[in-house]
Amino acid sequence: MDYTLLIVQTLNGVQLGLLLFLVASGLTLVFGILDFVNLAHGSIYMVGAFICASLTFVVGNFLLAILIALPLTAAVGYGIERLLARHLYARDHLDHVLGTFGLILVIDTSVHLIWGPEGFAVPLPAWLDGQVEIFTGVVIPTYRLLIIGVGLAVAGGLYWLVNFTRLGMLIRAGASNRVMVSALGIDIQWLFALVFALGAMLAGLAGMLISPITEASISMGGEIIITAFVVIIIGGIGSMKGAFFAALIIGLIDTLGRSFLDDIFKLFMSSDAAETSAPAISSMLIYILMAVILAVRPQGLFPPKVR
Amino acid sequence: MLQLTRTDWLTLVVMLALLILPPVFLWTGNEFYLLLATRLVILAIAAVSLNLVLGYGGLVSFGHAAYIGIGAYAVGIPVYHETYGGFEAVAGYGAGIHILLAVVISAIFALFTGAISLRTKGVYFIMITMAFGMMAYYFFLSIDEYGGDDGLVIDIRSEIPPLNLDNPLQLFMIAYVSLVIAMIVVKTIVNSRFGMVLQGAKGNNERMVTMGYNTYFYKLTAYVISGAMCGYAGALLGNFTTFVSPDMMGWSRSGELMFMVILGGATTAIGPVMGAAGFILLEEFLSSYTIFWHLPFGLILIAVVLFARGGLVGLIKGKGK
Amino acid sequence: MKRLLSAAIAATMFTLPAMAAEVKIGFVTTLTTGGAVIGNDQKNAVDLALKHIGGKMGDLDVNLIYGDDGFKPETGKQVTDKLVKQDDVTFVAGYIWSHVLLASRKSVLDAGKFMISANAGPSPIAGKLCHENFFSTSWQNDQTPMAMGEVLNQKGVKSLYIMAPNYAAGKNMVTGVERTFKGKVLGKDLTKWGADAQLDFSAELAKAKASGAEGLFVFYPGKAGGAFIKQYHQAGLKDILPLYSVFTVDALSLPKLQAANFESVIGSQTTQQWDPSLDNPQNKKFVADFKAAYGTYPSFYAAQAYDSIMLIKSAVEAVKGDLTDMDGMRAAMKAANYPSVRGKYSYGNNHMPVQNFYLREVVKDSDGTWTTKVVKTVFENHQDTYASECSLK
Repeated sequence: MDYTLLIVQTLNGVQLGLLLFLVASGLTLVFGILDFVNLAHGSIYMVGAFICASLTFVVGNFLLAILIALPLTAAVGYGIERLLARHLYARDHLDHVLGTFGLILVIDTSVHLIWGPEGFAVPLPAWLDGQVEIFTGVVIPTYRLLIIGVGLAVAGGLYWLVNFTRLGMLIRAGASNRVMVSALGIDIQWLFALVFALGAMLAGLAGMLISPITEASISMGGEIIITAFVVIIIGGIGSMKGAFFAALIIGLIDTLGRSFLDDIFKLFMSSDAAETSAPAISSMLIYILMAVILAVRPQGLFPPKVR
Repeated sequence: MLQLTRTDWLTLVVMLALLILPPVFLWTGNEFYLLLATRLVILAIAAVSLNLVLGYGGLVSFGHAAYIGIGAYAVGIPVYHETYGGFEAVAGYGAGIHILLAVVISAIFALFTGAISLRTKGVYFIMITMAFGMMAYYFFLSIDEYGGDDGLVIDIRSEIPPLNLDNPLQLFMIAYVSLVIAMIVVKTIVNSRFGMVLQGAKGNNERMVTMGYNTYFYKLTAYVISGAMCGYAGALLGNFTTFVSPDMMGWSRSGELMFMVILGGATTAIGPVMGAAGFILLEEFLSSYTIFWHLPFGLILIAVVLFARGGLVGLIKGKGK
Repeated sequence: MKRLLSAAIAATMFTLPAMAAEVKIGFVTTLTTGGAVIGNDQKNAVDLALKHIGGKMGDLDVNLIYGDDGFKPETGKQVTDKLVKQDDVTFVAGYIWSHVLLASRKSVLDAGKFMISANAGPSPIAGKLCHENFFSTSWQNDQTPMAMGEVLNQKGVKSLYIMAPNYAAGKNMVTGVERTFKGKVLGKDLTKWGADAQLDFSAELAKAKASGAEGLFVFYPGKAGGAFIKQYHQAGLKDILPLYSVFTVDALSLPKLQAANFESVIGSQTTQQWDPSLDNPQNKKFVADFKAAYGTYPSFYAAQAYDSIMLIKSAVEAVKGDLTDMDGMRAAMKAANYPSVRGKYSYGNNHMPVQNFYLREVVKDSDGTWTTKVVKTVFENHQDTYASECSLK
């Protein structure tokens, strides 16, 4: 086998995994702490991408646009929390799913009305637009390295936030015992709104980062949300560690499956059969993985401690 | 039972309206509205079947669209082979083989996926059923023989002499009768001892287990029955649209089915039917005004979740029980 | 609900009977979801066509009704049913997507109406499912990639890497290019398509690069095209692995790519049956007026939609407005006797165009706007390969 290709593909897998982690971390944060299933998380991801993309053309710099777009996306998240999510916390998951399903329709149509159906191709600054040779023969686009860097930084930042800050302590306490936290004189509503906005910001960041690779488009939310749910389910809902490892596993399996499955299949079937079955299996791969993991561990790989 | 409750009256009125209005549409030259009603009734069957697990069993299946697809392919594939050759074992135009395939394969799929899914709870269950739905979606997407993403055109409708499904009124009547039977079946199940256990497990699973019931088995049985019924609805839908594609099995269609149940009112017999009616009519009404009809539609959906907790049935029945 | 139903009855009762002196045309396209980019372009072209003909075909007023398929076959069939059954149109035109066309086909043809595809051209519809009342103003899927395969032969490209989405049209494109390309195919990737389509092609591009092929053939329609071009650009493959695409770079993706300055796309080559630079009076008028009205170049989707209206007009005028004369209108359309923006073409037995295919290159026009221009003619009067499977004469 060609080892440079294997290394490149592994890096690609890690990059996809970290991007998935950004989306999934917000989802699992909101679920773990607020016990709220947010199907519209993908729509927030899209909104973030659109805000950032249109700002890129206004301010002329992609990175600056991200800095402005992050608080704006958090504000959108806050708005959603105030207007809808807050009223559903006490309901069951079915109501969450349906309410946010409706929210998807509202957000997606609003984005179409505001920005039109075309979407944006987002330009990168010149220094991010090329490729780097990491070592001999391994060349990958610079921007993909940036995504890996940002993904790791956010993972580290979240780890620090949850484990070593006062806010993190409150978050952990609020997740395990709401009444107790309120009794301590903490405004739990404010805390929850903050968490929701943080989750929205993480989704938005992922959307902003992906849009120079793909595009900011009005169907991007629906495309990511299912994969993001698969990630947090495999990882164990509410577990940040689970989301991180599951995202990496899915990123790697998906990328390596796409790259090498047909070669592997060719070892034991005709090349025609391999060419048709490999893409079919690789598109089902993450769902198969999820079914297998849940069959063995119904609560995912890293179930959070019982409340 | 002689004393009719308000819900019973509602059921009677809705079902009568559904029976009488569509033929009137046809005779007044509005065939399109007959077609709309047929679609409504077929989706209502699917919603009724989903209500068995979602409403009475508390099992939120987010993958029921898969059964609609399986049912429709169970019509499309035999017709395809009868017309173009190959796969003699299933080839045929007869409604018998189509319905048998739709129901049996749906039941097997439900048995297999349900056995795994029911080991999980809560959101895990919602999401794993969705994952199985997506697997079915990608399975059909990747079969070139049956058109893959392009879907499969059903050239000839199921043959069920002396009836003729090409006649829109006959197709409607078959769908209507099927709906009534489906409602009766679900009602009978729910009122049986089996149904009591199922509903008991929804309220308090541990208690039912302590009482010696194998609730897993009860839930799985309900799941299989629901899947089979939904597959039957799929076979009707295939005959109605004369076309089947993986697109019918996506997760948003599963979400729509859930919405129909909740909109009408879960755990009532007429709820899913009213939900399907509300859904279809609202869609038709809003989309005739603007192509951006998803916006008001989404707002209404949110409003129903927030403010109309018993669904349409709850609204009409008034507060309380 | 009863009230809603009775409202529906009331609404239908008040629908006025059709005015005698008009021709009703349904146009089904995609006006919502990401596919609306294409649908809006087609709608613009249809609106322009109606303006050009003064809203009249012969003595009849044109009553054009748009239907939105929402990128879903089932929805497409529903709106088609409504156009056919409720609005009682004589022609239903449009249809961007193969699956929507296939789903809606029976509704139109069983009702004895004409169906005009302004884009989709799946193989069944050209072969065994061909129908006397079906006409296309576009192409059969395989034709465009076949032209590209021929271009590659002429350029002396010996080896090729192929990428396309894993769905019916994607596979048609692969079949098409493999049918004419005489060199070696070093690798092939069919990427995930559907509800959560794959838009990140890093793994595939790395494979393509590692394969050492002399050229890269891709088919990525709609927004996937823009995404692909950007990643091709970011991967720095322009000089290593020249790009040959079909339906990927078009007048819809170029303005976006230009706004983001993805220069790699300049010089890349595609094949098509039409181009804004084609030199005929009808095309010049169409492109100039389209640009004046909407500020962008029309895409080939727009060109085909414009042609579909002109084709219908030629049919209505041939029978002097007698819309009951189906045979007359059919014969008129079969003659393709109208000024098409692609120039003169004819119809095969299966009512698919027999037409030229051109090699186009992405260039900057005199104003600096990115567009395409014709390099040369690849095929003259090319007929699709499925025509022999069609029972029509």
